[in-house]
Amino acid sequence: MIREPLIFEISDKGKRAFALPKLDVPEKKDLLAGLAVRSEIRDFPQASEVEIVRHFTRLSQQNYCVDLGFYPLGSCTMKYNPKINEKVAVHPGFIQSHPLAPEDLVQGNLEVLKLVEDALSEIAGMDAFTLQPSAGAQGELTGMMVIRACLEDRGDPRKFVLIPDSAHGTNPSSAHLCGYTVQEVRSNENGTVDLEDLSKRMTGDVAALMVTNPNTLGVFEYDIKKIADIVHAKGGFLYMDGANMNALTGICRPGDMGVDVIHINLHKTFSTPHGGGGPGSGPVGVKKVLEPYLPVPRVVRKGSGFGLEFDRPKSIGRVHSFYGNFLVIVKALAYIQTLGPDGLKEIAEIAVLNANYIRRSLDKDYHLKYTTPTLHECVFSDKFQKDAHGVTNLDIAKRLIDYGVHPPTMSFPLIVHGALMIEPTETESRRDLDFFIEAMTKIAQEAKDDPAVLKAAPHHSYVRRLDETAAARNPVLKWENPGS
Amino acid sequence: MSYIALSDKDKKEMLERIGVASIEELYGCLPDELKLGRRLRVPEAKSEPELERSFDALAARNTYPRFLSFLGAGVYRHFIPATVDYLSARSEFVTPYTPYQPEVSQGTLQIIFEYQTLVCQLTGMDISNASLYDGAMAAAEGVLMAQRLNSRNKVLVARSLHPQYRETIKTYTRNLGLVIEEVGFGDCGGLKSAELEAKLGPDVCGIIVQSPNFFGVVEDVAKVVDIAHRHQALAIVAVAEAVSLGILESPGRFGADIVCGEAQSFGLAPGFGGPFLGFMACKKEHLRQLPGRLTGQTKDVDGRRGFVLTLSTREQHIRREKATSNICTNQAWCALRATIFLETLGHDGLREMAVQNLQKAAYAAETLAKVKGVRLKFSGRFFNEFVLELPKNAQAVLDALKAKGLLGGLALERYYPELRQDVLLNVTEAHPKDDIDKLAVALREVLR
Repeated sequence: MIREPLIFEISDKGKRAFALPKLDVPEKKDLLAGLAVRSEIRDFPQASEVEIVRHFTRLSQQNYCVDLGFYPLGSCTMKYNPKINEKVAVHPGFIQSHPLAPEDLVQGNLEVLKLVEDALSEIAGMDAFTLQPSAGAQGELTGMMVIRACLEDRGDPRKFVLIPDSAHGTNPSSAHLCGYTVQEVRSNENGTVDLEDLSKRMTGDVAALMVTNPNTLGVFEYDIKKIADIVHAKGGFLYMDGANMNALTGICRPGDMGVDVIHINLHKTFSTPHGGGGPGSGPVGVKKVLEPYLPVPRVVRKGSGFGLEFDRPKSIGRVHSFYGNFLVIVKALAYIQTLGPDGLKEIAEIAVLNANYIRRSLDKDYHLKYTTPTLHECVFSDKFQKDAHGVTNLDIAKRLIDYGVHPPTMSFPLIVHGALMIEPTETESRRDLDFFIEAMTKIAQEAKDDPAVLKAAPHHSYVRRLDETAAARNPVLKWENPGS
Repeated sequence: MSYIALSDKDKKEMLERIGVASIEELYGCLPDELKLGRRLRVPEAKSEPELERSFDALAARNTYPRFLSFLGAGVYRHFIPATVDYLSARSEFVTPYTPYQPEVSQGTLQIIFEYQTLVCQLTGMDISNASLYDGAMAAAEGVLMAQRLNSRNKVLVARSLHPQYRETIKTYTRNLGLVIEEVGFGDCGGLKSAELEAKLGPDVCGIIVQSPNFFGVVEDVAKVVDIAHRHQALAIVAVAEAVSLGILESPGRFGADIVCGEAQSFGLAPGFGGPFLGFMACKKEHLRQLPGRLTGQTKDVDGRRGFVLTLSTREQHIRREKATSNICTNQAWCALRATIFLETLGHDGLREMAVQNLQKAAYAAETLAKVKGVRLKFSGRFFNEFVLELPKNAQAVLDALKAKGLLGGLALERYYPELRQDVLLNVTEAHPKDDIDKLAVALREVLR
C-alpha cells in the first residue's frame, strides 16, 4: 500500500484546486483600514485537485468500516447504514434551507421533526421528545437538566444522582455537569442493579437514578419496575440511557417500565452512520410532567401546518445553535418509515438472535463472568487466555484485525476485567457471523499454541501496534513545519 | 424492509445451536407484564420508491430555496467544491466508528490530525481538539474551560455574541454556580471596552467575545485580550463565520487564550441548522483542560509514523465524573468535510473567498444604504454581514420583500428589543452582483 504523507508535506506554493469567478463588484481598498489583517496563513496547504483526491482516497483505504465487514463494537450498535437514507437526506430542499427562514418556507423540515418526535414517543412509550441534543452525551445532560429544573420548581434540586457501576462513563460525567454528586450503585451477582444497595442509597436527597436497560452487559433489568418504584417512592426520577434500545424496539417500551426520561441514539438504533465519530443525534423523551422543561424551541402544530414555539417559561433553554443535527434526523425518519411497525420489532429480535448465537458459539473458548441470559450483546473476558497463557483482551483484539474483522469493545464495562464486549446487531449475515466465530475460535487456539503471535499482532495492517503511551507522554497534536 | 441478512434456514439453525425453540424464548428474561403485546402505532413500512416519493414531497414543502436569501446570522451559504461531496461520501469515511482501534483507522486519524493542524494555522493557537457539536456548544465549553482554569465564578459575555450561543451558555452553566454578566455594544457595533474594564474584577474568570460579532462587526480583539489579561481573566474569542479567518489576523496572534466557534462555513450546507462543526483551540499550557477528543502522532513497533486518539485521561470514559467534558461522539465527519474543503481551497483559495466576501458585503452595504431612509446602523468595520436601520419596523419591510421573492435578512428585534427597525444581512461570494442590485431595487420599492 502507498504510504500517504500529510497534505502539508506535499504542499507547494502556487498550486491550486479551486478558483472563484472574478469579483463582479468594484473593488475597494482599505475596507479593513485600522484593523489587523493577515498577509498570509502560514504553512496553509496548497495542492492540486488530483493530489487532494488521491490523498483522501488513499486515506480512506486505511479505514475499516461497516460497509467492509463485521464491526461488533459492543454498545455502539454498528448496524448497516441504508443507502436510501443517505440519498433522501441530501435533497436540496433539506440541505439548502436556512434554520432562521420564515416558518412557512420550511414546513417540510418542521414536519420531519414532528414525525420523528411522534414516532420516537410511540416507540419509547414517552409523552414528548426533543431532538435538539447532538449526541447521546448531550442527551444525557439535557435529560438531567430537565429533571433538575422540575425538582427546583418543586423547591429542592437535591444533591445526588445514582449510577450503577456498569454504566457508560458519559452518565457520571453528564450528571456532574448538571451540578450533581454521583454515587455508585453496586451490581449484584447477575450483573443487574443490586436492589438492596439501591434502596439504601435512594434517599430524599437523590434526584435520579440513571440506568441503562438492557445494561452494558446486555442483561435486561428484570426488576426495572421495582427499581422505578424505589426511586419514585422517594420523589426521584428514573433516567434511562437508551443506548441499547436496539434490543427493545417493538418488544417493550421504557415508558411502560416507569422510566421518566430517556435518551435514544439515532446513530445506534436508528441506523444513521457514525461517520468516524459523529455526527450523531441524541433525542430525549420525557413523561408529561417534565415536558414544560424541554429545550426551546418546540415544534408545534399551527393551523394546518407546523411552527416553532419559543415562549416556554419553564424550559431549561437551548442546548444547540438551532434544532439539532437535522440531516441526521432526516435519515432516522427514512429508516423508521422503511421499517414500519413489524420491521422495528424484527430488528430487535434478530439483534438478540445474532448476539445469542455468538455467545453460545464462543462460550467454551472464552470466559463469561456473568452467565445471566443476555439480549443484544454479550461480554466475554480474557480470563482463560490470560490466566493460562498471558494473553490479554488487547492481544485478542489486535489479532482479530489480522483476520479482517473489527475488534469488539474492550475493557468495558468496568465490572468485567479484561472485557470483550460483542454486539453483532441484526444486519449481519450468517456467513459474517460464522467468519467472526471462526476467527475467535482460532485465536483461542493460537493463545494456547503460539501466544507470541497474538502479542505481536496485528501483522497485516497498514501500521502495526502503535505506541499510545509515547503519544500521551510527548503529545504531538499538529504538524509543524520543520523548516520554520 | 428491515435489512435483515438471515434466511429462514439460518434462523432455524441458529436457534438450534443456541438451544431454544424460538426468539421469543430469548426474551424470557423480560417480565410478561412489560411486553407491549401489540404492534407499534407508526406508519406501515414503505418500499424504497414510496419512501423516495414521500421525501420528495416533504422536501418540496420547503420553499425556502426558491427565494433569494440574505440570511446569515451564524449560518452561511458558501460555495462547496465538488471534491467535498464526492470524497466525503465514501463508505470508508461515512460508516466507521470513532477510531478506537488505530491500526484500522489511520485514515480517520490522519485526517483529524490534519484538521487539528488547519484549525491551529487559522486561529493562531497551539492546540485544537477533534471537534465539538456546534458553535453554541463550543462557546459554552469555552466558558466552562475558562472557569476550570482559574476557578473564578463570573463570566462576562459580550451582548454582541450570537444570541443563541448566549442562550446555550446560560443552559450549560445554570447548574454550576457560574454568574453571567453581559457587556454591551457601542455605536460602532463593537464591545464597549470601558464597560468591560468596569465589570472586570477579581471574581471574573473570563470574557467571551465574538469576532466578527453577531452584527458582522470586527471586534478589537487585541484590546479585549489586553484588558482581560490585566485582570488575570481569560480571553475567549468566538468565531461564527470561519471564512473571516482567511483575511483577519488570527485571535491567537493577539494572545487569546481560547478560540472556539462554528466552522459550518467550511463545506457544510445550511441543512436547517445541523449537523454543523463546533471547533475549539487553546494555548499549549491549557491542554489538560481542553474538552473533546485529540489525535496525536506516534510510531508503531516498526518505527513507522501513525496516529492515535490520545490524552484520553481528560475524557469521560476514563475520568468519568471528573472529565473535562461529557462529550463522546462528536462531529468527525463534519470535520472531514471541513478538511477536504480547506485543502481544496488551499491558501490562495481561502484568501480569495474571504476577500470576495468582504468586497461584496461592502458593495451591498453601500448600495443598500443609498436607498432613501436606510442607513448603516454601526460605524465599525465589518466582514460579510452588516446591520441596516430601516425607516420603519424591520419585520414589516422583510414581509414585503418576501412577497417579492426576497429574504432580506434577519429582523433583530426578537434578539435585541431596542433594534426594532434593524435588520442583519449577509452577503457571500455566492451572491452575484445582480442579486445584490435586485435587493436594492426591491427595497426601494417596498420603502416607497
